[in-house]
Amino acid sequence: MNETKVIQTGQIAEVWRRLKRNRAAIAGGVIVLLFVLISILAPLISPYPPNEGDLGKRLRPPSSENLLGTDPLGRDLLSRVIYGARISLQIQIIAVSIAMVIGTLLGMVGGYYGGKLDHLMMRLMDILLAFPGIFLAISIIAVLGPGLTNLMLAAGIYSIPQFARIVRGSVISLKEKEFIEAARAVGENDFNIIFRYLLPNSMAPIIVQTTLRMATVLLTASGLSFLGLGVQPPTAEWGAMLSNARAYLITAPHVATVPGLAIMLVVMGFNLFGDGLRDSLDPRLRD
Amino acid sequence: MSRYVLKRIFMLLPVLFGVSLISFSLLHMVPGDPAELLAGEDANPEFIQALRKEYGLDQPLYLQYFHFISHVIRGDFGISIRNREPVINLLRDRFLFTVQLSFISILIAGFIGLIAGIISSTKQYSLFDHLSMVGALFGISMPIFWLGLLLMLVFSVYLGWFPAGGKGTILHLILPAIALGASGSAVIARMTRASMLEVIRQDYIRTARANGLREFIVIYKHALKNAMIPVATVFGLEFGYMLGGAVLTETVFSLPGVGRLMVEGIFQRDYPIVQGSMILVATTFVLVDLLTDIAYAFFDPKIRYE
Repeated sequence: MNETKVIQTGQIAEVWRRLKRNRAAIAGGVIVLLFVLISILAPLISPYPPNEGDLGKRLRPPSSENLLGTDPLGRDLLSRVIYGARISLQIQIIAVSIAMVIGTLLGMVGGYYGGKLDHLMMRLMDILLAFPGIFLAISIIAVLGPGLTNLMLAAGIYSIPQFARIVRGSVISLKEKEFIEAARAVGENDFNIIFRYLLPNSMAPIIVQTTLRMATVLLTASGLSFLGLGVQPPTAEWGAMLSNARAYLITAPHVATVPGLAIMLVVMGFNLFGDGLRDSLDPRLRD
Repeated sequence: MSRYVLKRIFMLLPVLFGVSLISFSLLHMVPGDPAELLAGEDANPEFIQALRKEYGLDQPLYLQYFHFISHVIRGDFGISIRNREPVINLLRDRFLFTVQLSFISILIAGFIGLIAGIISSTKQYSLFDHLSMVGALFGISMPIFWLGLLLMLVFSVYLGWFPAGGKGTILHLILPAIALGASGSAVIARMTRASMLEVIRQDYIRTARANGLREFIVIYKHALKNAMIPVATVFGLEFGYMLGGAVLTETVFSLPGVGRLMVEGIFQRDYPIVQGSMILVATTFVLVDLLTDIAYAFFDPKIRYE
């Protein structure tokens, strides 16, 4: 047991050493960290309540009073962007967790048992993948109906095939390895083999996929809210804020600039950090 | 080759079956009586009863599915609840518009992505390489709808070079197509660069160089041809994503595409419209994917024998 711990600590140190040398990944990590901190500290750092506006101050450009200006209802844009981080992070965590748990389970079971079960699962994934990109999430919303909870479910289901495929691939390559044969030889049951041997050894691609999917889910979720299918007003959500800004593009372009910039930065952060993690965890996974 | 094509088509059938099943179940998964949903609000009982009979909604589910699919195969997606017009009539123009938009997008994305990818690979670690890879990072990180709004702000509102929305001329499509194609061009640029870098390191390229061939011939005749095989599959995939993602750019620029029709259908609870859009877009995507795979197998014999 102790020996395993030593090896694991050694591996983490090695990964960290590689990650530290990757400046782009560190930049991505810093953006992600800031995003998480802003989400947690939103009530403390936000200058105004996000949903309270003063119609007398509508569409004000950035000033010392409202650092990023105000929106069409006179609400402080900076406060709304800060609270928007919170809702985005919540959507990302829940959606990616749904996808990770279900996708990993499907991939593990399919890859390990193979045969008809695997075939059936993979065909199910093919069906989901037949709906291109955000269109899948829209189709799921069509069935479930618009709203925040359904948005998280849709964004979660939308990401299941990616996890299932990656984990399945990893399990298929692992299950022929000697240590799995050894585990079987000493009488370990399937449950133990899957969760104690295969899962820990598939963690690298799962972690990388989780990070990269955080980016995709944010793009998808904010897209759905932009279309009016996700988070509903008056909740401060970046996609919904952009949808609101469309009508004021000429008179108050700052309203459309800030939430979009926030989405792009956070997506970029997760992409950079995910790419860096992939290169550090397993250089062979590199494109 | 024909065996591979047949096998690939055979694999398509369960996917198409699944897509039709999801689309069929839409009407049965939302709360309420399907006949009442199809009749729309304030419909009289006779009309609801007539619809129930016409769509076979009083029959067991498997017969209802059979009824549904036999009509879909003939291009009959039912009647729109809002307009009382055949769904296919409403879908046709909208769908063709989205295909046209996606087509222009993939042309733009391909043009930019290929040029950036090729130059980046031949001048690895140069300023151009760094700039185009940073550009690619922006491309995959920018939300389509935000890029669309920014393009509209700069090129329509400030500079007045392009119309801000609506359809009519090719000029109306340029900004929406760029917004839609940005992430595709980024993916194509990255893929082209990676694929070219791999090919350039191969022995036969070194041989071509050792034989004294000009660098231009080595890159464009020998390397590019082989590097393009994996890139070609990305084209098919990206075109499909554009079909799906077009709804965002259509909404920003108020364009009459199939994605927007579907979203309007969701808001108006016009289920036949939603079902028709789902089937049409998913089937097209699956067929594009099939054609891409066949083309891939045609150019790379290894795939056929797997």
